[in-house]
Amino acid sequence: MANMRRAGAAVAFATSAALLLAACSSDDGDTTPEGTDSPDTEETSENSEPVTLTWWHNSVAGDNGQNDLGDYWQKMADDFTAQNPNVTIEIEQIQNEDLQRTRIPLALQSGDAPDLFQAWGGGELATQVESGYLMDLSETLADDIERLGGGVAPWQYDGSTYGLPFQFGVEGIWYRESLFEEAGITEEPTTMAELGEAVQALKDADITPIAVGAADGWPAAHWWYNFALRACPQDVISTAGTTFDFSDPCWVEAGEQLEEFLGTDPFQDQFISTVAQTGATSSAGLVATGEAAMELMGHWNVFVYEGFTDGTEEGIQALQDDLGWFPMPATDGGAGDPTAALGGGDGFSCYVDAPPECAEFLSFIMSDENQAGAAEAAGILPVAPAAAEAVTNPVLVELSQVAGNAEYVQLWLDTSFGTNVGGAMNDGIVNIFAGTGNAQDVVDLMTAAALTQ
Amino acid sequence: MTALEASGTGKGPVVDAKASAAGPHPVTPATDNAKKDTRRKWLEIAIFVGPALLIFLTFVVFPMVMAARYSLYKWDSRQPFELAEFIGFDNYTRALIGGTDPETQEIFWKAYAEPFWNAVGNNVQIIALSMLIQLPVAMLIALVLNRKFPGRGPTRLIIFAPYVLAEVTAGLMWLMLLDPRGPVTEWVQAIGLPTPPQGWLEDPTWGFWTFFFIVSWKYIGLAIILFLAGLAGVPEELQEAASIDGASWWQVQWRINIPLIGPTVRVWAFLSIIGSIQLFDMAWVLNKGGSTGQYSTIATLMVDIGTQRNDGGYASALAIIMFIFSMTAAIIYLTLVMRRDTAGSRKGA
Repeated sequence: MANMRRAGAAVAFATSAALLLAACSSDDGDTTPEGTDSPDTEETSENSEPVTLTWWHNSVAGDNGQNDLGDYWQKMADDFTAQNPNVTIEIEQIQNEDLQRTRIPLALQSGDAPDLFQAWGGGELATQVESGYLMDLSETLADDIERLGGGVAPWQYDGSTYGLPFQFGVEGIWYRESLFEEAGITEEPTTMAELGEAVQALKDADITPIAVGAADGWPAAHWWYNFALRACPQDVISTAGTTFDFSDPCWVEAGEQLEEFLGTDPFQDQFISTVAQTGATSSAGLVATGEAAMELMGHWNVFVYEGFTDGTEEGIQALQDDLGWFPMPATDGGAGDPTAALGGGDGFSCYVDAPPECAEFLSFIMSDENQAGAAEAAGILPVAPAAAEAVTNPVLVELSQVAGNAEYVQLWLDTSFGTNVGGAMNDGIVNIFAGTGNAQDVVDLMTAAALTQ
Repeated sequence: MTALEASGTGKGPVVDAKASAAGPHPVTPATDNAKKDTRRKWLEIAIFVGPALLIFLTFVVFPMVMAARYSLYKWDSRQPFELAEFIGFDNYTRALIGGTDPETQEIFWKAYAEPFWNAVGNNVQIIALSMLIQLPVAMLIALVLNRKFPGRGPTRLIIFAPYVLAEVTAGLMWLMLLDPRGPVTEWVQAIGLPTPPQGWLEDPTWGFWTFFFIVSWKYIGLAIILFLAGLAGVPEELQEAASIDGASWWQVQWRINIPLIGPTVRVWAFLSIIGSIQLFDMAWVLNKGGSTGQYSTIATLMVDIGTQRNDGGYASALAIIMFIFSMTAAIIYLTLVMRRDTAGSRKGA
């Protein structure tokens, strides 16, 4: 284990060193003197001292080579450096799981971290704050934090703010309107009973009712999260990420409701062997190609579905026209609010030793104008309320409204609980899907994991 | 140790030759010469062994010592180690018996000991099945390929190809073939046979066997090549003599070839046991040991806990346990089974 970590660190170091060299040698044509590594400018925020900001984000090019959000971030960097000629911004685009699980943790531990980097909030952010890795932005960005509102909460810890989200969305059930029509379903289900009827109607019409990518773990786990959201009172579920108290019977109840739902056989064949996003036989692929009618997923899935079209305007439009979305139906009983929603987002944090320009730049990309720009250019779901109008995709507009009207929005439970308890929870839930575990096991695994941390 | 010995003994004659070559020159005091020789010998040892030793210490011994240290701590591997808390052997007892606290033992058993013993069980099963299935199959194929027949070269190549293929490539290939809607599923269904209800690899009961099949497919080539090399070393006179005495082809194999490649088979078994204990790549590529751990190994469990769950202390404890397992297996095997084969080299030292 130790030697693997070390090897990983060495590779990471070599890679980043190579990239830094590459970045230095191909300057983007601004006026900063080349190859001069800026000294720390913490004492003086004079605009004359050259400053280099390193920025790691997860927007990498897709299969078709397009990278709208990555291009937009480059534009943000260019715009900012045009206004602040003393600043150079070096961007590194890193695949999401590598970035989150390997690159950022290793960089933070090595003490040679990027100045600005992707942050997903919740338990992971808490760990980073406890380790003293993150810059407290509460005072420097007080205005932005107030302007952005409640969406910032997952990036706050102990009353202070350690990052800002640029997008936040809730999840719900995506469906193909044409398949609903074919099965004679006229109304979007609002209760579990109605969802059960819809599942039966689809089966009768020989259509796979719901696709789930259980081989990846988390897509299956999200079903359980939603049952927990409906079963548990708000104070129980929203404090669980800090108290790690799972003694409330609602946690077991969530698993039992999932077991009952699985008993109706709503998912595609071999759902345990199905992945979420890769290939036409993935759960997203099944919905995009019209093989399955529904899928529970986050706001990003509209782009995943688009990836399965032929890429032409008409192809994408045809898919968009046939895509519907409704929030997770209400369950019978349960102490949770039926309008509560689960969601998550993407943000950025500054490294504790980053120059003050890091916060300035973060504030710049989070401005109402630039948030709206990101929504237009890359289809993100902006956090800034003033940028909401820039969202044009009808499903995303509906999704934003549901989020706005929700009694409260709970961060994804695995993100909220952190990797250890979150991972134990997801493992336990997958066992329910596979028929090798039960509702009590999930709670036991979570409790055990919480006791070891 | 062995490297040191090898370079030491290997150089002996060279030094002697130099010394004797110095004969015609004016005689220098013998003691002086010997001292010089010793110094020179050690210098050469240092030059030849030094770099390798340094790399070995830095990248093998040091990480091992560090892992042993980490294993005694409660440590979130994303945090600086200064924040870790010393907990003695708790990580070890957690894996082996679910901890020592009677209050939490039940859930700890379920959450930690059960997956651990499940993984150990998978490792052990793979070792046993390798000996019971891979060995006879590889032997049979090697005996057949040892005969001369048209197309023998290409056949050998095809059989050895999977072993040369990169693990990740092979894993992705099998993932595609075994996809719920992939070709294998379709073919099997087309001839009317049942397929595993939850998929070839992820089905809780079938998954392990599919995995074992893939691993055998991947590694049987190595066994066959080793056995073929061993068979090539069997003197033909023996086989001819046996044939003249009226032995059938089978009798020749059974009484002459197989006994004579005993050392090769034992070396293969040794490699196979160690490889099975450390099995990781294929299981990880296929789906991190399976969604319910149906083909998890100690190594996949360790990496999962260490990199996905960030429990650095517990993962290090698993690493040390795995090290102890491999070491014990190696020592037992070397002393009990391979005693005959290594006897010569040990006498030589």
